[in-house]
Amino acid sequence: MTTVGTSPRQPGLASVDEPIRIRTVTPEDVLTLVGAAIGALGLDWLVYERLLPFTGALGFWVCWYVLFALFYIAAAAMRWSRLVVRDKAIAVLVSTGGIFATAVVVDQIAYSFVKSLPAIVHPNFWTQTMVNTAVLQPLSSGGIVHAAVGSVEQLAIATVLSVPLGITAAVFLAEIGGALARPVRTIVNAMTALPSIIAGLLVYALVVLSFGLGKCGLAAGIAISIVMLPTVTRAAEVVLRVVPGTLREASFALGASHWRTVWKVILPTARSGLATAVVLAMARGIGETAPVLLVAGFSDTMNANAFQGWQATLPTLIFNNVFVEGEYPKLVERAFGAGFALMLVVVVLFAIARFLGGKRPGELTKRQVRQLRREAEQP
Amino acid sequence: MAVALTSARPVPADDDSPRTIVSRPSRGDMVFRTVLRLAGLSSFAITGLILVFLIIRSSWAFRADGLSFFTKQNWIFVDNQFGIGGVLPDTLIIGVIASIVGIPLALATAIFISEYAPVRLRRVLIAVIDLMAAIPSIIYGIWGRFWLMPRAIGVMGWLADHLAWFPPLKVTIEYTPSTFVGSPILAGLVVSLMIIPIVTSLSREVFSQAPQGEREAAYALGSTRWGMVRTVVVPFGRGGAVGASMLGIGRALGETIAVLLIITQISKINWHVAQSGGNSIGALIAAEWSSASSNQLSALMAAGLVLFAITIVVNSLAAIIIGRSRSGAATAD
Repeated sequence: MTTVGTSPRQPGLASVDEPIRIRTVTPEDVLTLVGAAIGALGLDWLVYERLLPFTGALGFWVCWYVLFALFYIAAAAMRWSRLVVRDKAIAVLVSTGGIFATAVVVDQIAYSFVKSLPAIVHPNFWTQTMVNTAVLQPLSSGGIVHAAVGSVEQLAIATVLSVPLGITAAVFLAEIGGALARPVRTIVNAMTALPSIIAGLLVYALVVLSFGLGKCGLAAGIAISIVMLPTVTRAAEVVLRVVPGTLREASFALGASHWRTVWKVILPTARSGLATAVVLAMARGIGETAPVLLVAGFSDTMNANAFQGWQATLPTLIFNNVFVEGEYPKLVERAFGAGFALMLVVVVLFAIARFLGGKRPGELTKRQVRQLRREAEQP
Repeated sequence: MAVALTSARPVPADDDSPRTIVSRPSRGDMVFRTVLRLAGLSSFAITGLILVFLIIRSSWAFRADGLSFFTKQNWIFVDNQFGIGGVLPDTLIIGVIASIVGIPLALATAIFISEYAPVRLRRVLIAVIDLMAAIPSIIYGIWGRFWLMPRAIGVMGWLADHLAWFPPLKVTIEYTPSTFVGSPILAGLVVSLMIIPIVTSLSREVFSQAPQGEREAAYALGSTRWGMVRTVVVPFGRGGAVGASMLGIGRALGETIAVLLIITQISKINWHVAQSGGNSIGALIAAEWSSASSNQLSALMAAGLVLFAITIVVNSLAAIIIGRSRSGAATAD
């Protein structure tokens, strides 16, 4: 695209400092990659299926990947210098991680969907409880609605408890800071990787035994809120930090007090990011199994009262069906059905989070930009 | 942040020194800041509560078993024989396997996302990693139990046959259909997947903060992309990556449900990671909980206290390293 001499650009635009885009992918690169992939596939088939006594798709692809990496390095070594070969080999190796993670996520979603199909096509699966259904009864009887109700109630309790506290703590870290902020940030970071079962133990010792509340949905909600709290705080702090300092200073300059500035300027500016933080924490919270198992017990019947009596949730229903009861085929199918429902909730919450956020405060959507431009063009 | 700006005393006009500004927050702001401080301290309160209540509730077990609680390799219902001498090493074994597999993959993914992936692919991959973190551990558990385990047993058998010269992979029990079912290596593999998102997202944040000027300087000196990553990005993000990896280890040690669904629980040490049998403290608690007597609950609380002590030390060290690293210093006050 060099257009020396007959410059179509206007002289005035030449000063725009745009980087020249250099094409980094050449046909040689692509062909080396494809060649190595196909060659590895052929040799892998020959060795894995014909010569060695192996079976199984998993091993096949593991071997294919190793062969592919070797082939690619060998093919690259024939053309390029050592420095370039090393560069390209590393590029292929680090891309493994990304491909691998994507493959795992896709496989988990697809697998739990396929395995759940026998259960979820029955309407009763979504409307009945398991109270009148024995372990061997067919899938046309019994459902998971009691567990879904428990999950929703406990998540609501956990959200109500953890979100105000978490966001307030995040405002403390972002707005006040000082000598206290560093240890608080350290402990919040440490708590993000706290084993969730420890939260269950605390709530059992404190709420269930010492307060004498007994195992119930409220206790589980408190346990989930302990797990969600550091997640909310960390994510919210990151969002609050990118609120432009000029907005804050403008508010102070207008004579607003600190708390009014936070309430009227900082929190509204960061609204979408905060919503993302909350929804992501909810997606984590709804899948908690271990603490719920400890403090809410399990039940086959509908118990909509979160303040009294044992309550089932989707994760504990899965756990009960595949682990506690022994692997009855129908129960395992129901467990996968509940797994599908759980994944559905997680993916929907996740999509909401992506839809709401992922933008910096003040960043406009495409539609908003178009609207602004249209308004500016009008005389 | 000054709210009510008042000069302390009137300054003579000819004196050219800056006047002293004293900021006195209003009463509303004092309340506001106190509330924020209390919220900030709530994490300390929770950590302290965990410590206090676990110590109170586990005191019976420590009195009854004494130091032998840490050495005995059995967990027997009837005669109150409790010891985590086997379970604790088994927990560490699973953690080590998960770290060996998960951390390199996670760091490679982080470097790929921040340095190699095109912008559009980068957004997709960040979403995928976030989604991976949001997938419940019970889903990892049933996926590992019903999808991975049947498929991986062939590979395990091959490993045990051909790499038996490496002591941990030797198989000491006789070959039956269940020889390789529920082995620490399988549990460790699934846990390694679960720590990938936390390690990746934390270290990716650090890597992507490497200064643009230094990157371009490396390119201008004729570096390849890997050369730039090796000399600019990795040294810049080393502290953050170490901290992120340690947080991953902390999470791996505490993983409960996924391990429980995969492992064949025993209370002895199993160094032979390819063969059936293993445990983790979390899995022990979750498995024994519903049928436990009050003495047993105390012993389980004691096991939980040990797990809490280990993870809080590892995680706090990790958080301190992240906070002190060059990259973290930019975000800390």
